Amino acid sequence: MNIHIKNGRVIDPAHGIDAVQDLFIADGKIVAGGADFNAEQTIDANGLVVAPGLVDLSARLREPGYEYKATLESELQAAMQGGVTSLVCPPDTDPVLDEPGLVEMLKHRARIVDAANVHPLGALTVGLKGKALTEMAELTEAGCVGFAQAEEPILDTNVMLRAMQYAKTFGYTVWLRPQDPHIGIGGVAHSGPLASRLGLSGVPVMSETIALHTIFELMRATGARVHLCRISSAAGLELIRAAKKEGLPVSADVGVHHLHMTDADIGFFDSNARLTPPLRSARDRDAIRAALLDGTVDAVCSDHTPVDDDEKLLPFGEASPGATGLELLLSLTLKWAQEQHGGDSAATSPVLAQAIGKLTHEAARIAGLAAGTLAVGAAADVVLFDPDARWLVESRALASQGKHTPFLGYELAGQVRTTIVRGRVAYQRQDQH
Amino acid sequence: MAILNNNPQLNKHGELQHLITIEGLKKAHIDHILDTASSFVGISDREVKKVPLMRGKSVFNLFFENSTRTRTTFEIASKRLSADVINLNIQASSTTKGESLLDTIDNLAAMHADMFVVRHSQSGAPYMIAQHLNRTRSDVHVVNAGDGRHAHPTQGLLDMYTIRHYKKDFTNLRVAIVGDILHSRVARSDIHALTTLGVPEVRAIGPHTLLPGGLDQMGVRTFTNMDEGLKDVDVIIMLRLQNERMSGALLPSAQEYFKSYGLTPERLVLAKPDAIVMHPGPMNRGVEIDSAVADGSQAVILPQVTFGIAVRMAVMSILAGTHA
Repeated sequence: MNIHIKNGRVIDPAHGIDAVQDLFIADGKIVAGGADFNAEQTIDANGLVVAPGLVDLSARLREPGYEYKATLESELQAAMQGGVTSLVCPPDTDPVLDEPGLVEMLKHRARIVDAANVHPLGALTVGLKGKALTEMAELTEAGCVGFAQAEEPILDTNVMLRAMQYAKTFGYTVWLRPQDPHIGIGGVAHSGPLASRLGLSGVPVMSETIALHTIFELMRATGARVHLCRISSAAGLELIRAAKKEGLPVSADVGVHHLHMTDADIGFFDSNARLTPPLRSARDRDAIRAALLDGTVDAVCSDHTPVDDDEKLLPFGEASPGATGLELLLSLTLKWAQEQHGGDSAATSPVLAQAIGKLTHEAARIAGLAAGTLAVGAAADVVLFDPDARWLVESRALASQGKHTPFLGYELAGQVRTTIVRGRVAYQRQDQH
Repeated sequence: MAILNNNPQLNKHGELQHLITIEGLKKAHIDHILDTASSFVGISDREVKKVPLMRGKSVFNLFFENSTRTRTTFEIASKRLSADVINLNIQASSTTKGESLLDTIDNLAAMHADMFVVRHSQSGAPYMIAQHLNRTRSDVHVVNAGDGRHAHPTQGLLDMYTIRHYKKDFTNLRVAIVGDILHSRVARSDIHALTTLGVPEVRAIGPHTLLPGGLDQMGVRTFTNMDEGLKDVDVIIMLRLQNERMSGALLPSAQEYFKSYGLTPERLVLAKPDAIVMHPGPMNRGVEIDSAVADGSQAVILPQVTFGIAVRMAVMSILAGTHA
């Protein structure tokens, strides 16, 4: 289908474009268009931002194994409503994504649903158990874009060393969330005054920093490329800043919740604010916001983790960690952009393009995806959104089967109007006003 | 964001609907409970140890974690108020059948419970129950009988009653809490109560492995040296050291703990001559406290138990609204 998107404010951070101009799509790709372009569909994007479809570096789809929490259909629909056209999913499914057949099955199921592009991470070790390496070459052939341990730390540092050596051999990226395998394990909240007062077991910042020191030392020894997931602390960011300065091949992302919230948002044991890694102090939160601006943090992800009611309506320490995120990712990142310049709209923020970059081409670069740009010839994954339209975060507004978020009841700005995947309008918001 | 927003234990008039934690209560709430308790202390000395304040009311003791002692004191307090008491030992029944915590609560509420006395191993569980009942059955009250490491408010209140009984005025006291502060809900409730009542100096004494971070933000001075910490204090609150903490990564042995932090007669003289010694029980003699101190003239450990009945009667009758 040939699509002509008219009058939109096109923002393509990869190419420094931020201008009102038209965009043309033909045969699933961005094309140059021109006077002889024969549009089968014309979309008036007046007042809207036209950006590359978002690339989310972590979205749990819960398939296979946890379909009672969410299914591919529900979560890929959520991705469409959130403007996410490519997503990376961690391997902590049941069974774990440690065999090529499972990855092929997941990719196949995603193709049938035909919404967002699904890019699995393979397990770095068999069963995520931290003992034996997976068949990384086979898994890559099946469609894995990197290798991860999800939330399972590797106890044996020697296995970690071997895994990184092996990944380096083939040029694969190892995705790690820095956490010490002992300190803070079983903890449910940031070690600090709030956890002390509420009597919650803590996860100290050193759980992250000790692991970072180990990872950097192993990187120096192996030369492996590492992507650091969900950084939560100011001290952790300081170490990453130094590692990047040193020239280590490292990148980092943060979960979008950690851009705004702190452990104080747990309030009276609100299990919606039970996240992994935990929400930390205001100082840590402010450092994350600053690190996004100065480039220490390369990308923002939704860390989308659908949890069903039965697993959230439990005492805080027993509740499953995680929050729904695909449909909040854009709004919460725009909120950061808006707050950076203190104005009342993200649309007038000087860092709007930078914010979109963190959600598009920078994320795509980390995952090695040909996505996240609007250059001629690129796959036509496009999102059209109104940066100022406000919406209420409530259960019925969310397509995801995961309805739990610490932002429940918040009014956020930034609403997706149209999501185009591979040149097809995959989502069109109905109740425009 | 403010932590005390939407405090679930107070109704919209600022009165106690539930008792979940001492944190966030006003001094007037605590004074009211202690004054009410003092009117109940005499009842236990009478030949007929009952008042009809909760006649016809049903109190459900929901113990998701074992405790004979606390459950018994609540049971006695309920019976002295003429309430009907139903004891449920939950870990032995429904949760093993897969029933969720809130399903259990809904079922029992449907049996017309008026009050739940809840003990749970998870911090925040009674809060969650209270919040649920506020939405579904606003006439049912919850008393926290100890949740995880979070709070044990009736123990905190009976400790305050005991201190007030012996010391009269809180505003000139030094109080030391000794031992495993990290895992202690009693310590947390005592700290909130003491600071709310205007105690100028609250101390926590223990090794670094048993002291949580953030105590200074709660208005507490920490000491790792027992002798320094006990100097000139008016009140010593000893905490029980759980068996599972006695040897491992937190402490090497019970013997070494006693050597560094056991309350002996030699150490007791460092406190003020009229200092009182308290313990929430059950005691480990020879681990945290020497028998000579536990049985000595400065110990008020058994009066604590007696006052505990009156304090729990006060809390339950105030919540039930039968004592205005």
